[in-house]
Amino acid sequence: MDSTKVLDVKGLACPMPVVKVKKEMDTLNEGDILEVHVTDKGAKADLPAWGKSSGHELLQNTEEDGVLKFWFKKS
Amino acid sequence: MSLKPMSAKELTSYVIDRDKEVFVLDVRAKEAFDDWKIEGEGVSILNRPYFDLMDGVEEILEELPQDMPVVVVCAKEKSSIFVGEMIAEATGQELFYLSGGMRAWSEHLEPVKIGDLEDGGELYQFVRIGKGCLSYMIVSDGEAALIDSSRMTEPYENFVKEKGLKLTHVIDTHLHADHISGGRKLRDMTGASYWLPPKDAEKVTFHYEALEDGRDITVGQTKVAIHPVYSPGHTIGSTSMVIDDQYLISGDILFIDSIGRPDLAGKAEDWVADLRDSLYRVYAELSDDLYVLPAHYAKHSEMDQYGRVTEKLGVLFEKNSGLNIQDEENFRKTVSENLPPQPNAYQEIRQTNMGKIAPSEEEQADMETGPNRCAVS
Repeated sequence: MDSTKVLDVKGLACPMPVVKVKKEMDTLNEGDILEVHVTDKGAKADLPAWGKSSGHELLQNTEEDGVLKFWFKKS
Repeated sequence: MSLKPMSAKELTSYVIDRDKEVFVLDVRAKEAFDDWKIEGEGVSILNRPYFDLMDGVEEILEELPQDMPVVVVCAKEKSSIFVGEMIAEATGQELFYLSGGMRAWSEHLEPVKIGDLEDGGELYQFVRIGKGCLSYMIVSDGEAALIDSSRMTEPYENFVKEKGLKLTHVIDTHLHADHISGGRKLRDMTGASYWLPPKDAEKVTFHYEALEDGRDITVGQTKVAIHPVYSPGHTIGSTSMVIDDQYLISGDILFIDSIGRPDLAGKAEDWVADLRDSLYRVYAELSDDLYVLPAHYAKHSEMDQYGRVTEKLGVLFEKNSGLNIQDEENFRKTVSENLPPQPNAYQEIRQTNMGKIAPSEEEQADMETGPNRCAVS
């Protein structure tokens, strides 16, 4: 996927992944795609939930070797 | 700044004590909150995910009460501190976060005395308040027996140590699917005998004592006899126990306000008849005066003002709707249709209890997250 920006928050624990993602998202433009790499298990449920509540569309997510990846489209 | 930690033990006192009130601000995602939350008569609760409060907490300030403690709660604790600090800064008022979060809440065990036994023994109920699991300790003449041990063995170890007891028997009424048993761990640490119903233990990988009808277990010199009563239904081997001719340990067969579910090993249809026979024939033949002590409770209303979960068998035959389904077909429908969702990771939990897999402590804690769901109601 053509990501505008990649944000690596591996090793950070709740609530920091979502806090960082939100901050980063605030700097992007509408339609940009933010790719997030995260290892915190809590983020697995919280990032999609945050996307839903903030209106940024979750385009795709994967899990490989303990690393979760999310792609959000800025609304 | 006036954000302070509140321990799971302290929060438990608010849940048990009917005269106390507490306000819980749960900052987990809605899905997690809907699945499992802190409940109790004096508990008011508001769910607002932390990620909706990152821009500020102003919108929820007026929803926070002034006349009772406010406790911010999340999965582990960091997000509750994050939100709690913002509230403390905005209001300058004292508030709390739940130390260790819902993880700690799930693991807290509160010992509550049920009563005295003949010849001077005592019976304690350990209430796992966050999960609704109940375990029991029989104490007599310096010895102790533990029934349906939870995964966390420390509260029992501390209790035994404080009272100067020796743990001699650890008993599971059945192979659990909703929580990991601490039975084997305690056996290994203390040398106590570990008892399991043989029909539930066919695939276990370790040595155990067969918990069987007619094979009494004695605790202490004073002979607090435990009479196992074979009562299949929840699992094929489920075994109840009568203690001291006063108490009926009913495992996951009979609860205060509901009855067991027969499907967690995937055999709902096969075991419906067993469950019915155990409840409507085996239990019906026991004394009405026995106090029923189940392995779970579902609602705070099942608990009395001292935190005890128990009721006389005769009262349950009158009031528990699960014991009052006269038509067999209706009974079959009730216990095999519209079952609640299965507990989190119940298959892995069964495998762990059989000794077939050995997850790490962290993995075990994750497997047990959420409510127990062993009942139909």
